[in-house]
Amino acid sequence: MLRRWLPSLAILAFTGLGFALAPLAYSNQFLLFNMMMYMALAQGLNIIYGYTGYLPFGYVGFFGAGAYGAAIIITFWHWPALLAVLGGGLVAVIFGLLLTPLFRLSGAYFSIANLAAAEALYYLVANPHMTTLTQGPYGINLPQAYAPDLAYATMLAILLFAVGAAAYLRRSRFGLALAAIREDAVSAGMAGIDVVRARAVAWLLSAFIAGLAGAAYGWYISVFYPDTVFALSITVFTIVFVLFGGQGTVLGPLIGTLLLYGAYNVIGISNPQYFQLAYGILIVVLVLFLPAGLASLLRRRRTAHER
Amino acid sequence: MGLLEYALLAGLLYGLYFALVAAGLNLIFGVMRIINLAHGDFLMLGAYGAFYLYHLMGWSPLWAVPLTFAAFLALGLPLYYLLVPRLQRSGDPEMRSFILFFGLSQIIEALAVFAFGNDQRSIPARVFGNHPVHLLGQVYPLAWILSAVFGLLGIVALYAYLYGSPLGRATRAIMANPDEAAITGIAVQRISALTFGIGIALAALAGIFSPFMVGAIQPDLGVGITLISFAIVVIGSLGHPLGTLVGGLVYGISLMLMQTYLPSWSQMLPFVLLIAILLVRPGGLLGKGVRRA
Repeated sequence: MLRRWLPSLAILAFTGLGFALAPLAYSNQFLLFNMMMYMALAQGLNIIYGYTGYLPFGYVGFFGAGAYGAAIIITFWHWPALLAVLGGGLVAVIFGLLLTPLFRLSGAYFSIANLAAAEALYYLVANPHMTTLTQGPYGINLPQAYAPDLAYATMLAILLFAVGAAAYLRRSRFGLALAAIREDAVSAGMAGIDVVRARAVAWLLSAFIAGLAGAAYGWYISVFYPDTVFALSITVFTIVFVLFGGQGTVLGPLIGTLLLYGAYNVIGISNPQYFQLAYGILIVVLVLFLPAGLASLLRRRRTAHER
Repeated sequence: MGLLEYALLAGLLYGLYFALVAAGLNLIFGVMRIINLAHGDFLMLGAYGAFYLYHLMGWSPLWAVPLTFAAFLALGLPLYYLLVPRLQRSGDPEMRSFILFFGLSQIIEALAVFAFGNDQRSIPARVFGNHPVHLLGQVYPLAWILSAVFGLLGIVALYAYLYGSPLGRATRAIMANPDEAAITGIAVQRISALTFGIGIALAALAGIFSPFMVGAIQPDLGVGITLISFAIVVIGSLGHPLGTLVGGLVYGISLMLMQTYLPSWSQMLPFVLLIAILLVRPGGLLGKGVRRA
């Protein structure tokens, strides 16, 4: 029992200690914050893409829903920021519930419809007619809640929650049910798995994580615009990190984010188009030559060793 | 008399043009079952081609039509052999093509920023002369009429090719069933490559008129166009040869009605339309079977 969960616990402890101690050695807190945010998002996307095979191209929609949900809760109801982050996560879950009919679609249809839903939500939030509720295109400003250190700790908790959820799904009975659905939904249904319910649980969990991350992000930067939290590049980065590290594993998305987002910050920020080019080439090469990501290299080596 | 008639006729013109915008995406999906998510980026490249031909050489965009078609057909063939055969041998080509061509779209967009810069470009609509056209009591710019005419010509030519020529008949055989087509002696790879080239060339062709119909030319034009094309194709049903015309008209007319009566919500239109139609008729308006997950 312990042996089964030991690797996951080690990953969890290492991530938690790493990000708790990193600010002592490295002064750019915003970069560390973003790194945690992308790791949490990568883990959230991993839960729905890696474990069920549905690739949500509009994943950023949940992120934006969380950021705006929390901001609206703080602005209108004056809740403490921590509760508002939770509320942001729930707003994303509600958005996810509204989108559950999309599961009637398969493969690429689902991805495109999800992207369309995120874009529709963006235009709804950014519409000048919505100014009284969302400030429309003029953006959100939350000076009353500004508390970067607390927001940093909150994001760390969200990241640990996401890693824990991914680890649980990878090892548990429910996770096996998801894998069975991914491989063959019809057979899984015949084996007694409630396909619709299992898929919806993974979907809402994934939406919840993105919503929490978006809410904490909005809280941390405290001034943002619809383009900031609905940027398509957030989905793009997340997908690349997950694909690079290896979908369907716990460690893969974390390592993918660490390496690629790290590299992006070392070289990329001053010349973003180089990174667009590099990520584009990376995606093409990965799909053609290494479809299961870095993690598959490790596994291939291990099985070769055991033989 | 007035607003409604104006919007409906303008929607018809836009619809004919947008049918051409989406035609290549539909053709490539129909034959190869892959989704070219870089579709809009080829349109963007075609638009830049027309822009440079006009600004450096002083050529009218009409001259760009044959040049662009030939150039992008030639570009599509090697690109096909580079990417698609390897993709089709993999487990889930439809889903993986989606990610692969998304990567390609990122590459094209980044290269376009290097080559053309981030400035917005345009071609003045007066290149066709300053004659507004009177149509059933309404007045439209000549550039709209020309775009619609070329949209219609492109679609008609595509159908003439698909239904009237031996190559087109072979293409439709592959659409129906690639394995059986191969058994009857059709060179599936070669015809698929040609279709891929035609699909890309049609997108680039639509790009020539995009400065008049869509707006300024800029490197990140592609993503939005890909989404709109996808909406149009899905409205008409993916892979159905007549689908794009229906989808384009539905999209064009609803866009013009929205811009006339609810302008601030019109940007949401393609997305809402896409989701609504996918949910009500997952196979598209012309689709027969219903896709189930």
